[in-house]
Amino acid sequence: MVNHISNEKVIEVENLTKKFGDFTAVKGISFHVNKGEIFGFLGANGAGKTTAMKMLIGISNPSSGNANVAGFDVHTQSDEVKKSIGYMSQKFSMYDDLTVKENITFFGGIYGLSRKQIKKKTAELIEELQLGDITKSRVGSLPLGWKQKLAFSVSLLHEPKIVFLDEPTGGVDPITRRQFWELIYTEADKGTTIFVTTHYMDEAEYCDRVSIMVDGVIEALDTPKNLKKQFDVDSMNEVFLKLARNIE
Amino acid sequence: MKRFKGFVKKEFYHIFRDKRSLFILFGMPIAQILLFGFAITNEINNVDIAILDYAKDAESEKIIQKIKASKYFNIENQIDNEKAIESEFKNGKIKAVLLFERDFAKKLENQKKATVQVITDATEPNVANTITNYTQSIIQNYQNQKNTTQEQSVSIVMQTRMLYNAELKSVFNFVPGVMTVILMLVSAMMTSISITREKELGTMEVLLVSPLKPFQVIIGKVFPYVFLSIINAVVIVLMGYFIFGMPIRGSLFLLAFESILFIITALSLGILISTVSNSQQTAMMLSLMGLMLPVIILSGFIFPISSMPLPMQIMSNIIPAKWFIIIVKSIMLKGVGISYIIKETLILTLMTLIFIGLSIKNYKTRLE
Repeated sequence: MVNHISNEKVIEVENLTKKFGDFTAVKGISFHVNKGEIFGFLGANGAGKTTAMKMLIGISNPSSGNANVAGFDVHTQSDEVKKSIGYMSQKFSMYDDLTVKENITFFGGIYGLSRKQIKKKTAELIEELQLGDITKSRVGSLPLGWKQKLAFSVSLLHEPKIVFLDEPTGGVDPITRRQFWELIYTEADKGTTIFVTTHYMDEAEYCDRVSIMVDGVIEALDTPKNLKKQFDVDSMNEVFLKLARNIE
Repeated sequence: MKRFKGFVKKEFYHIFRDKRSLFILFGMPIAQILLFGFAITNEINNVDIAILDYAKDAESEKIIQKIKASKYFNIENQIDNEKAIESEFKNGKIKAVLLFERDFAKKLENQKKATVQVITDATEPNVANTITNYTQSIIQNYQNQKNTTQEQSVSIVMQTRMLYNAELKSVFNFVPGVMTVILMLVSAMMTSISITREKELGTMEVLLVSPLKPFQVIIGKVFPYVFLSIINAVVIVLMGYFIFGMPIRGSLFLLAFESILFIITALSLGILISTVSNSQQTAMMLSLMGLMLPVIILSGFIFPISSMPLPMQIMSNIIPAKWFIIIVKSIMLKGVGISYIIKETLILTLMTLIFIGLSIKNYKTRLE
């Protein structure tokens, strides 16, 4: 099932810590992600997963520890890191008052794609997502599911090695979520590494490996299958509940 | 550069597709200019004036003492020739000059008639008008006093001269004022709102994760507003010139340079506001309460600063708009060169640097 994964490590994290004054949001976490892996980054609200992710994508400086993303140090080479990654945030990350095409052109442009490349990519996207006529519609008028698929595709425009998805499927129905995950699988098959945070435990089941953060610490990290076995339960949901309850 | 072009293009889409932005950008300047078309009366207090006394006799001395004793005037200095009047006005130190003719007392004694001239700086028409009225009544008072104690009555003739704005047009006051308010509004409020909008929508995060540097994002966001503000400034100056007959006596180039400086000051304030607010609403409130009201009340646009209580006079110094209004009036009405407004220019530059410095500091704190 996991034949798209290679042994090359594209994310390596060692003792990564983030302090805000007296409060330590991330307490020395260590893990790695392999190339082509779909890595689920789970945790309750306030567990520190967003903070950890912000350090990995270079918009927050670690207080201590190391993180290497796509072969670059996040602390000293954040510019290189930024060129090698794609990002889709939990708040929908495109401009509502711009058309689909204008959004694609804009984001392609800020990642330094040439006009020709943008044109080619736009054509590919229209084909892949069967966008057809809607390329001239303002993004604000599209259903949420469409927007999310589009945002995901836009985050891949510059063909990043790793794409970070911060709760990408918030607020949509299970069928649309399933369709979204099909896009993720297609991309992972091409060798792109997917780093995804989510609240939905059914989505955790789709990941190759899952880490669960509780109070700034990674409490569990393994394949969904092994985690279920370890905690002797049938679903990821129960794994999550057991972990959270133990802590309390 | 290509990235920058794409960015600016996107910014223009935002602006032109948002009816509210468009109204603020282009409706406001015109509406305000027309609204402020009426004059506003006001009191004066402790206005700085100068004395040019060719007579230096007992009579002129008595009148000067009377002027001095009133709470309305403060005699800043004595000058000794008419040439000095112009430079005193251009320096902006005084608002009026009282000129006593040669042999004032002698004429009053022999011809029963002598002349006092009041020369005012009419770039602030309301102030100039009030100064004239007040001096008139002081001198009238003195004349009446004198006439009750002697048999043959004398008359002191008062001549008035309004410099720079002989017809006392209040447009000359409100055109620079409206220009200042509009530039402040467009540049500071619109940029702070447009930056916080990206924060609110979450797109700011996406931009920061992209290879664009934060300063590139900010410059890309403010550039369209520099452009639009310049257009606004031009529209206001043209309306002032063609509709209200406001003169432009100084160099257009200097006016353009100072306007761009002020636009940058306002933009840096807008950026600063955006670093401390997380929602468009906060940014809007901060801009309105923190910028618009002080600009309108404390800048000397409507209420003369010289008549404010001391604490407010001191406070007015930290309002960038105050300095810009002085600059615009000096250039347009007095036709001065850069050397006369170098202090104001340096103050604006310094303020801009402070705003930019604070913005960078705030931004870094957030990143840490």
